[in-house]
Amino acid sequence: MHPDNSSIPAVHFASVSRHFGEVRAVDNLTLDIHDGEFFSMLGPSGSGKTTCLRLIAGFELPTQGDIYLYGNEVTDLPPYERDVNTVFQDYALFPHMTVGENIAYGLMIKKAPKPERQKRVEEMLELVRLPGYASRKPSQLSGGQRQRVALARALINHPRVLLLDEPLGALDLKLRQQMQIELKAIQQQVGITFVFVTHDQEEALTMSDRLAVFNHGRIEQIGTPADVYERPATAFVAGFVGVSNIIEGEIAKTITGSPEKFSVRPEKIFIREVGAPVSPDDYAVEGRIRDVVYLGVNTRYLVEVNDTLDLTVVKQNLRATSMSALAQRGQPVLLVWERNHNRPLVGN
Amino acid sequence: MATTSATPDSPLRRLSTFLYRRPVLSLILLLAPPLLWLGVVYLGSLFALLIQSFFRLDGFTGQVVRQFTLATYAELFTRANLDVILRTTAMSAAVTIVCALVAFPLAYYMARYASLRVKAGLYLAVLLPLWSSYIVRVYAWKLILAKEGILNWFITQIGLGQVLEWVLSLPVIGGPSLSVSFLGMFIVFVYIWLPYMILPIQAALERVPKSLLEASGDLGARPGQTFRDVTLPLSFPGVVAGSIFTFSLTLGDFIIPGIIGDSSFFIGRVVYVQQGTAGNIPLAAAFTVVPMVIMAIYLILARKLGAFDAL
Repeated sequence: MHPDNSSIPAVHFASVSRHFGEVRAVDNLTLDIHDGEFFSMLGPSGSGKTTCLRLIAGFELPTQGDIYLYGNEVTDLPPYERDVNTVFQDYALFPHMTVGENIAYGLMIKKAPKPERQKRVEEMLELVRLPGYASRKPSQLSGGQRQRVALARALINHPRVLLLDEPLGALDLKLRQQMQIELKAIQQQVGITFVFVTHDQEEALTMSDRLAVFNHGRIEQIGTPADVYERPATAFVAGFVGVSNIIEGEIAKTITGSPEKFSVRPEKIFIREVGAPVSPDDYAVEGRIRDVVYLGVNTRYLVEVNDTLDLTVVKQNLRATSMSALAQRGQPVLLVWERNHNRPLVGN
Repeated sequence: MATTSATPDSPLRRLSTFLYRRPVLSLILLLAPPLLWLGVVYLGSLFALLIQSFFRLDGFTGQVVRQFTLATYAELFTRANLDVILRTTAMSAAVTIVCALVAFPLAYYMARYASLRVKAGLYLAVLLPLWSSYIVRVYAWKLILAKEGILNWFITQIGLGQVLEWVLSLPVIGGPSLSVSFLGMFIVFVYIWLPYMILPIQAALERVPKSLLEASGDLGARPGQTFRDVTLPLSFPGVVAGSIFTFSLTLGDFIIPGIIGDSSFFIGRVVYVQQGTAGNIPLAAAFTVVPMVIMAIYLILARKLGAFDAL
């Protein structure tokens, strides 16, 4: 957490809960989102991240607790009285309106004069790189284009906070990666606080200034992408954000001298020959390569340490070919990593 | 079926392979019966009707003169016949508008708020009247609306007897009692055709995703604006579909005007009487063309107004 006392948080949750019957979708959550940051809510489905977003938008009302936008309490305000706009997962474009009418909808509601509306629509279409599309119908657009229209429709109102509910989920990989870069660029251009919900950890790591990892209606960890990736606070975060080897109990004791649970990232581990010297700054454990998966850029090794523990090791294919990599199957090896790459974990 | 098709060379199996390889032939075989039925029985009789309307009845002999003439159509424009057409059209329009106004809130509740159980119950409530005979229900209404009927009694009991008398004293819609007034006929028409309005509207509302309503609110629209700018335009095809039912069913009905009301003629009754007792088949045929023309005009207008844009 970066407490920033100089400015009021864009979004503030004070012990907010949202229960659906017995289900605690959001459970006693306290959270600050800073002004102007790209904030991601990351978590598996059902972890409460979307409910959190809907609480900010006003589509859901909290069972308990209060919500503030820029210091103003909005807990019971309906969506149309909140200065936030949403890009929906299914885009929610109005099928009976043209692209231009969709984008101008917020201005029409505010009764902005027609010439101004037209001018602003042109600007927004320019911003999302769809100039000249104003007279088309949403049904004539591709998924990526609809996504841009939904973004333009939300941004034209100059909201103080833009909420994005898995907006890239329906796009294919190439387009998604392209949109990630564009979204980030647009956010920096307009300087609005973005709250971005996703279940894709790579997306959250690429785009966010900070991210919160959700699980069971609670936040497991908040931090910068590097923080969360390099120093996962809990076993859940270590497992959900990237791939981690989690080691505990007897085997942990033989490696570090203590049975405390810790995690280590697969790319931090080196494979050495058995009997190779180990520096005092390193940890080492022996094992046998059980399986090799050749992935092109890199190779993933599954190394059997004992009956209950396999460690995953990822190695860039700087020299290795698929032949040489696959030939290592069954070999006994020594796994070595620097002591400071061990991350102690709390919780289960 | 499994046993019959098990033997590799059974005729059934060869037939199925033969048809599988010829999808067009299969399609023709499947579509021929309904198309023949519609084509011959429906379009054929429609065509026969059209031909009849261009003949005329000889007033002296009472025989149909099988010669092309527009005289029968000209007869439609006599004062009495124009009255019938206007009366029927006005009644149909009134019934359609009120059906839509009554049906929309119920359909909206069913599509948006009702739990599955409540929705099933409401479906049953809407459809249950259709399980009993139309004639029986109309006669039941005649008793309900009669001067000695339960409705009159109830209205008097709650002290609104004066209001009812005042309404019945109004020109055109009034009469000696509800069961012999246009108002009563109107009530029965609305009751009888209401399900045909509720179901299409409900289906159309069901297809409007909830996220569109949320998006509208998110962009600053109050519930009333969202209703006007999103819900209504997107469900309007359902309203038009329902109004086609209620409008055309009222236009052509010949039973209710004969049982309820002051025995004024409506198009359906004129057709019934002209082709029956009067034996004037050409005039009956010309009269049946009237609702078709009105419906065609109605659909063209609806299309012009953009009723089908959201389809």
